[in-house]
Amino acid sequence: MRNKYLAVPYVVWMAVFVVAPLVLVVVYAFTARDGGLTLSNFTSMHQYVGVFGNSFLLALIATAVCLAVGYPMAFLLAREGERIRQIAIMLIMLPMWMNFLLRTYAWMSLLEDTGLINRLLSLLHLPTLHMINTPGAVVLGMVYNFLPFMVLPIYSVMEKIDPKVIEAAQDLGADSVTVFRRIILPLSLPGVLSGITMVFIPSVSTFVITQLLGGSMTMLLGDLIQTQFMGTAYNPHLGSAIALVMMLLVLVCMAIMNRFGEGEEGAVML
Amino acid sequence: MRKTLALVLAASLAALLAGCGGGGSGAASNGVVNVYNWGEYIDESIFDDFESLTGITVNYQIYSDNESLYSILKGGGAEYDVIIPSDYMISRMIGEDMLEELDFSNIPNFSDIDPSLKNPDYDPENRYSVPYTWGTVGIIYNTEVVTKPVTGWSILFDPDYAGQILMFDNSRDCLGIALKYLGYSYNTTDAAQITEAVDLLIRQKQDGLVQAYVMDQIFDKLEGGEAAIGPYYAGDFLTMHESNPALAFCLPEEGSNVFVDAMCIPKGAANKANAEAFINFMCTTEAGLANCEATGYSSPLVSVQDALPDEVRSSPVSYPDSETLAQCEAFVNLPADILALYDSEWLRLKTGS
Repeated sequence: MRNKYLAVPYVVWMAVFVVAPLVLVVVYAFTARDGGLTLSNFTSMHQYVGVFGNSFLLALIATAVCLAVGYPMAFLLAREGERIRQIAIMLIMLPMWMNFLLRTYAWMSLLEDTGLINRLLSLLHLPTLHMINTPGAVVLGMVYNFLPFMVLPIYSVMEKIDPKVIEAAQDLGADSVTVFRRIILPLSLPGVLSGITMVFIPSVSTFVITQLLGGSMTMLLGDLIQTQFMGTAYNPHLGSAIALVMMLLVLVCMAIMNRFGEGEEGAVML
Repeated sequence: MRKTLALVLAASLAALLAGCGGGGSGAASNGVVNVYNWGEYIDESIFDDFESLTGITVNYQIYSDNESLYSILKGGGAEYDVIIPSDYMISRMIGEDMLEELDFSNIPNFSDIDPSLKNPDYDPENRYSVPYTWGTVGIIYNTEVVTKPVTGWSILFDPDYAGQILMFDNSRDCLGIALKYLGYSYNTTDAAQITEAVDLLIRQKQDGLVQAYVMDQIFDKLEGGEAAIGPYYAGDFLTMHESNPALAFCLPEEGSNVFVDAMCIPKGAANKANAEAFINFMCTTEAGLANCEATGYSSPLVSVQDALPDEVRSSPVSYPDSETLAQCEAFVNLPADILALYDSEWLRLKTGS
């Protein structure tokens, strides 16, 4: 197979920018400031239980919301004509052309007590809402930023479902609920699983959203790791250890979830 | 200092090269000097003057905060000749042998530095650093909302302004305010005092006084009236005041943080003599005035202070009286165990229920 040489740039890229940093993270996690081997970075981990819990909870909520919003969206989209689908997909991708930081900054000025939404509400003589600097605003930021990663994989799987399969089910007397439950849902599961993965992982490690929309009132894993590299203490060893534990926990979550998708083809896992 | 903005800039401008030297004067090329500075912290037009004067080409790059500067130098990935860290970072770098001693015979303009800024706590014998700018942290408040007189830190703990108060989103500045309010030092190494300060901050947060912990978001929030009170840098107050004239500045009577950013040469710099020439040039009256104008921060040069218009010279924002200034403290580097305590106490504040 001569074609395998085409993979060389990809393999080199992965080795240099994915595998090597990962090895560095592991090395840092198991060493102390003086360079000696140690487990102390892990034994102090218990004080961060709250941060881990909070991050996983918020990421879970964001993923659930993305699924609840994204699944029907992908479902409806897959049944539209070619032209509408193309436009809709472009509209879903459009915000991603803009910098993540700028988009999140824009949400800050939307959600503030004196922000655009509340100014509009008070113009209409409606009661104003306090949204900024709450956990809800952080979840909203995650949902907004990561929703396309839920919609697109589900959509691409749904689009490939053969209409003949659905027709066959209907011929056999299945009503629309049964068709959805027995045909569409199982066949779309691989897309759902990869969507969940692609939303959950960035959500659990996000950091700027907490600062801009959450007012930094709480601390998530991403913020915690960031302060170890950029903060007062400057302890990349502890930061690496936290990152490593986070990766392991995410892997475990994914493995458990993978169980549900067992036997399904093409589920994109880690 | 405009960290978020600087972060965006730093990401988009990996290397900002100043125009090639020489200019019309036809000076011969005398090599380069690699300058690494905060974002938006210099008048870049003065590079041309320096280049035509000395024939040394300036390579100019920017960083977003002291910690990333430290990480980069520690990582050994980059070569710089002049860096401009803040006080506490300088004392940390001196402690870790990361700075070259300066040859002050190459920096005759050092004599123009304000005597009160010479031999500072962070560099007691003044062997490694030459002040670039300085300033204070004070309380910035909206006079349309805050009707009580503002004289000290207590306004940040006043329940009448619950939900209108912003605090620093970094442990050193945030805890420092609580420490100073309680009558302790910014640089205390007494664990009990630090814990007491964090207890105070937790009550402040739990009672709903704090609207958010912010860094550069404070510009938007105070200018737009989203929040009414917040501590920040005097130089940045001037910027905010331009877009919202209702804002006022108070240097707290209990004393505050005075920060100094000073020019240093990192260990092993390739162009040490050029770096000293650059530092010397930055201490000329012309360069000092241009930078003052561009950044809004206070100048450490006596000749620049004398050249400023009276209303600036006598402004309590940029040049507070020496009595209040004597109450202020610069940060010095803290021992590792206290820094670790800062981290765990900061976590307690952020996650404490």
